[in-house]
Amino acid sequence: MSDLALASFAAANDAHHVDEPRSARFARFRQSFDERAELERLQEQGYRFVGRSDSGFPPLLRAIHDPPPGLFLRGAAPVELLARPAVAIVGARACSPYGRQVARRLGRELAGAGLVVLSGMARGVDAEAHRGALDREGVTVAVLGCGIDRDYPAAHATLARQIVERGLVVSEYAPGVEPAPWRFPARNRIIAGLCAATAVVEARERSGALISADFALEEGREVFAVPGEITSALSAGSNALLRLGATPLTAADDVLEAYGIVAPPIEAPAVSDEAAVVLERVRGAAASADELARASGLDAGRLAAVVTELELAGLVSVEEGLIRAG
Amino acid sequence: MLARAVTHALVGLEPRRVDVEAHLQRGVPGFAIVGLADRACQEAKHRVRSGISSASLEWPLDRRITVNLAPAALRKEGAGFDLSIALAVLAASRQLPSDGLTGHAAVGELALDGRVRPVRGAFAVAEGARRAGLDRILCAPESAPEAALAGVDPVPVRHLAEAVAYLRGELRPPPVEPPVAEAAAPAPDLAEVRGQERARRALELAAAGAHNLLLAGPPGTGKTMLGRRLPAILPPLAPAEALEVTRIHSVAGLLSPERPLVTQPPFRAPHHSASVAAIVGGGPGPRPGEASLAHRGVLLLDEFPEFQRPALEALRQPLEDGMIAVARAAGQAIFPACFQLVATMNLCPCAGRGDPAAECTCSAQRLASFRDKLSRALLDRFDLIVTVPRPRADELAAGPAEPSAAVRERVVAARERLRSASPRRTAPADELLARAVDRLPLSARGRARVARVARTAAALAGAETVEPEHVAEALAYRSPKELAA
Repeated sequence: MSDLALASFAAANDAHHVDEPRSARFARFRQSFDERAELERLQEQGYRFVGRSDSGFPPLLRAIHDPPPGLFLRGAAPVELLARPAVAIVGARACSPYGRQVARRLGRELAGAGLVVLSGMARGVDAEAHRGALDREGVTVAVLGCGIDRDYPAAHATLARQIVERGLVVSEYAPGVEPAPWRFPARNRIIAGLCAATAVVEARERSGALISADFALEEGREVFAVPGEITSALSAGSNALLRLGATPLTAADDVLEAYGIVAPPIEAPAVSDEAAVVLERVRGAAASADELARASGLDAGRLAAVVTELELAGLVSVEEGLIRAG
Repeated sequence: MLARAVTHALVGLEPRRVDVEAHLQRGVPGFAIVGLADRACQEAKHRVRSGISSASLEWPLDRRITVNLAPAALRKEGAGFDLSIALAVLAASRQLPSDGLTGHAAVGELALDGRVRPVRGAFAVAEGARRAGLDRILCAPESAPEAALAGVDPVPVRHLAEAVAYLRGELRPPPVEPPVAEAAAPAPDLAEVRGQERARRALELAAAGAHNLLLAGPPGTGKTMLGRRLPAILPPLAPAEALEVTRIHSVAGLLSPERPLVTQPPFRAPHHSASVAAIVGGGPGPRPGEASLAHRGVLLLDEFPEFQRPALEALRQPLEDGMIAVARAAGQAIFPACFQLVATMNLCPCAGRGDPAAECTCSAQRLASFRDKLSRALLDRFDLIVTVPRPRADELAAGPAEPSAAVRERVVAARERLRSASPRRTAPADELLARAVDRLPLSARGRARVARVARTAAALAGAETVEPEHVAEALAYRSPKELAA
């Protein structure tokens, strides 16, 4: 078993390796590599390693043409978690409120239906997908482009802690490896590789999310794309995917259907009559507080209270002055 | 011959008694001012000498003149000592009756032709005179109404010759009526703001509860316009507050002779290029900054994130304690700075965010650094944060909205209610607040803020207790997602 040696060699040389190099350097490294000591060190830090020759290695990932030597895992969940049906939700970091809303909602509904929600813990769409899954106390997995001990970006340290409560943070890079731009495309192949389907929420024309989608297509996995406004540069990439034949994602059911899952009906929380009127209006289209006040006949103060009620019930979200359903 | 006149120097806002002693002796003729006088004060020599000559009085040519400003350890600056120095010299040269200056203080700058010019801080100097047991103060006519507010009898003198005539008992200056508090020029009215009901409501809550307010949104949505209209819905200052504010404005030299008493809450809107000293006060003889000038009123910081970071951080002390301590090598000056902060900002550096007609072109990093500038600690000082969306065309075409006067009536009533019997939360309201803390990112300070705003909402509604709906409304003005780092 030399998977760990290869992964450690790559980390030590700041390089990326899929196959064992035939260099003398690697031979020397392997000679002097103490696998047991390395495993112990990982264990002390609370991390685990699953090599691609281990039986526990996720079969879908092993099936891609350049599987990583192994995965480092952070979190208490068993490695079998990675073999469960999973869906990747990826998209732009600088996304619009719409993208954030859709990502969160998909995260919620797909995790709620029992799928593992996979993403990259980046800002924007990634983080919202994770949060959505956490909202429903679902299982979510983050795949990093750096060591699993690096909370990258730093602002998501809390998110990482929440993810590992029930899910995993994984990476092909050994702990201690710093994030570098060239590692992220490689990371994306793992996101796509671990899942039977990849959903692109919002992506610019040259976005990392499209790399994930390309990997998924190459490996014959399903690719979904959320339709965006044709006038918005933020959606140019995801709309281009649709034109190329990706499946349009208009509701979480579209994805669940591909997995043969029927979503359990969710009972809507009971809300006041005033709130129901507002909710109905918001379901039509996102609106500002002033528009809702006029539509519902409530004064500004009362409307603010009603919106908070809906927000606490998880029925609307407020961003940049606009109130949206979901 | 020795003679003495009394005036006051200002340390921050505090008047300190200064005895101006003039001594004439035989010797080589000369004129010296001692007692830690600064440049402007040293130059008094020339003004006083010319002033006395112009007043057809006699300059003691053959004497050695020494003027001492006691206490010698206190730094004196400015030209306000001119009048006292001239009077002391005149008394020492027996051109004034020996007891003429008893019971009088004097403040004013002399012109070369002997006219008396007003100086800043006359109100504070007059207060010092009252505390020192002096009941009359000689000053320029422009300063007289201010001085009258401090409870001493001002003697307005236009010219040094008039002062001398008065002290010789040859002239009786007209009595100064204590100024009547007139209504100030009308502030911009809230009726001019079309639409924006949510922001108007937040403004009303801010006025009623003296809360700090942050208005965020794309450009052209009326954020600044709203902020400028806050003073118009605030109740007028109580008499004691009015004197406090007047003292600060007098020291800053901002009072108008026609309306010396500041009765309306002051409004200050410094530009975002303002330095730390301009905002919180400073200088060698510390002067009040914008934060103090806005004491008991409104400080509007337009384009909040454009201010220098140190200037923003310097606001944390006054926001917490209601005062500013300016420490200098020579000592500390304390300025009251209990103001209401209103700030406006765009949602991102390119200002495209939140505007349906524009697209944000900011990179994730640029956006993150923009948000980092608003430290959490600073955002936490705002009780109300409202994102102002762009109004639709039909809103702008609508007729005038509710005028400021109507809103002010509600604000005054709510303030009265908050003072007398502040509403308390009911059990269901407590429950809602606890649930919100559980579900939303809400810090301990954030929770306290929500509780305060809920109380204000209840007071505005005329309710006896704080109900869940008031807590729910208050929660709507918490720090929104788009400003989180």
